[in-house]
Amino acid sequence: MIDTLAILAIFSGLFFFLSGSIGLLRLPDLFSRLHALAKADNVGLALVALGVIMLEPAVINDIKIVIIWILVMAASAISSHLVARHALRENREDD
Amino acid sequence: MIELLWSIFDITLVLLLLALAWNTCSTRDVMRAVTLFIAMGLLLAIVWARLKAPDLALAEAVIGAGISGALLLSAIRDYPSTPMVSQRSTLIEGIINILTLALTILMSWAVWHGLNMSDGVRLSGQVISQLPVSGVSNPVTAVLLNFRAYDTLLELAVVLTAVLTVLTLNEKRADYVVSGRLLQGMTHWLVPLLVVTSGYLLWVGAHAPGGAFQAGAMLAAAMILLRLAYPSKQQEFNNVLLRVLLVIGIFTFVLVGLWMMSLNDDFLAFTPAWAGTLILIIETAATVSIAAALTLAYRGGRPKDWEDANRTSRSIAENGGQDDQ
Amino acid sequence: MMSSGASTSILTIALLIALNLLLFSLIIGLFRAWLGPSVEDRFSAILLMGTGGVAMLLILSILLQITALYDVALVLALLAVVGTVALTQSKSDHD
Repeated sequence: MIDTLAILAIFSGLFFFLSGSIGLLRLPDLFSRLHALAKADNVGLALVALGVIMLEPAVINDIKIVIIWILVMAASAISSHLVARHALRENREDD
Repeated sequence: MIELLWSIFDITLVLLLLALAWNTCSTRDVMRAVTLFIAMGLLLAIVWARLKAPDLALAEAVIGAGISGALLLSAIRDYPSTPMVSQRSTLIEGIINILTLALTILMSWAVWHGLNMSDGVRLSGQVISQLPVSGVSNPVTAVLLNFRAYDTLLELAVVLTAVLTVLTLNEKRADYVVSGRLLQGMTHWLVPLLVVTSGYLLWVGAHAPGGAFQAGAMLAAAMILLRLAYPSKQQEFNNVLLRVLLVIGIFTFVLVGLWMMSLNDDFLAFTPAWAGTLILIIETAATVSIAAALTLAYRGGRPKDWEDANRTSRSIAENGGQDDQ
Repeated sequence: MMSSGASTSILTIALLIALNLLLFSLIIGLFRAWLGPSVEDRFSAILLMGTGGVAMLLILSILLQITALYDVALVLALLAVVGTVALTQSKSDHD
């Protein structure tokens, strides 16, 4: 039963990952691509992490997975902010 | 079905690695090459994980994707807005291509030969049987820091030599950096987390994948982050501290080796009862050294008192030359 | 370190399919590294590989029953942002 829920979570996470990657490839502008990256991929990772937590018996590892998820979220948010600001500054200098 | 899916995964990984490597070397745009190289490092970490080698995956993730990535990205920091085109002469390219082809053929033959060899003596069995005497329970750490400790000592010496070479190369270019509140706020929690994880990797190396190199590289990543986020607070290194940190790893290693030589008649032959503690001491010193070395290699440029000494001697030489004329 | 836990073959097959699909989405994202007109576009592919790599490591850790891969995922999550900071925060004087 738990296995089925976990597989469901992982595959829905995969759906978000795939859409994030397709968005990265097909969206027109850097800033919209950063949206796809930071948002879709992180939701995907959250769902995959949820599925893996359901499959992993040891509690200490579950805690590690939650920490990983929080860290990746923070890192993604900060990374996309930094990259976007850098791109803005570069474009301004070119004018 | 399971075998088929694993095979699909493996073959896709290999093809992707080959494609990334090929494109990294053949592309003319330097920024694209650097990005593909970092991506290849990340992919290699996943490959090591697939091959059930978590120690290698850790090292590749930290050093290959983290430190090397930061180094390369900082090296091309002055890229113009149009893609940089690297200039190569066709002759050199041809020579390199032929040599690479020869090397590939040689290594393919070696792998083929190794796969088809009859079962010889497998060293892993010997390692497992000697594991209780080694003082640790992680076989990789046992090999690196007990059975083959001399090799690790030489690795540390290689790292030191590389850093010394980097430090003598050139003056440091001034960094122009604008760092915002978000970045500085992030370092408030990220740097302590990196330091704690580095200590965790160092400690856990005795019984699980981890160890000195991974811990040292994480510490270096923390220092690099600090340096990039607080540019105005960059202090010139206290040079005595710098020298001490750089050599303390090798120093401790050799000291322990000589002490063991006085006790057990062989360099770096650990007494089994003390082996665990000795390995931990050596690993701690090595972590500090590797962290200092990688941070300095990232910073580049000569330390301040070397620079002043050079300037003095250079001016003396110039004045001496002019006097002769 | 190996953790205990049994996995039925349906679960293994599902996880393997998920793993392959993740790798596929990574490949799609890597095209942005190849194409991307600006530096930041290329770099966003590395961000994708960071998040996707963490997801792949989580699934691999369940499939191969290696607990240490959680540590590798943690390290990958921590270091993802260091590269971004190195890209956006280092620049020489433009005088």
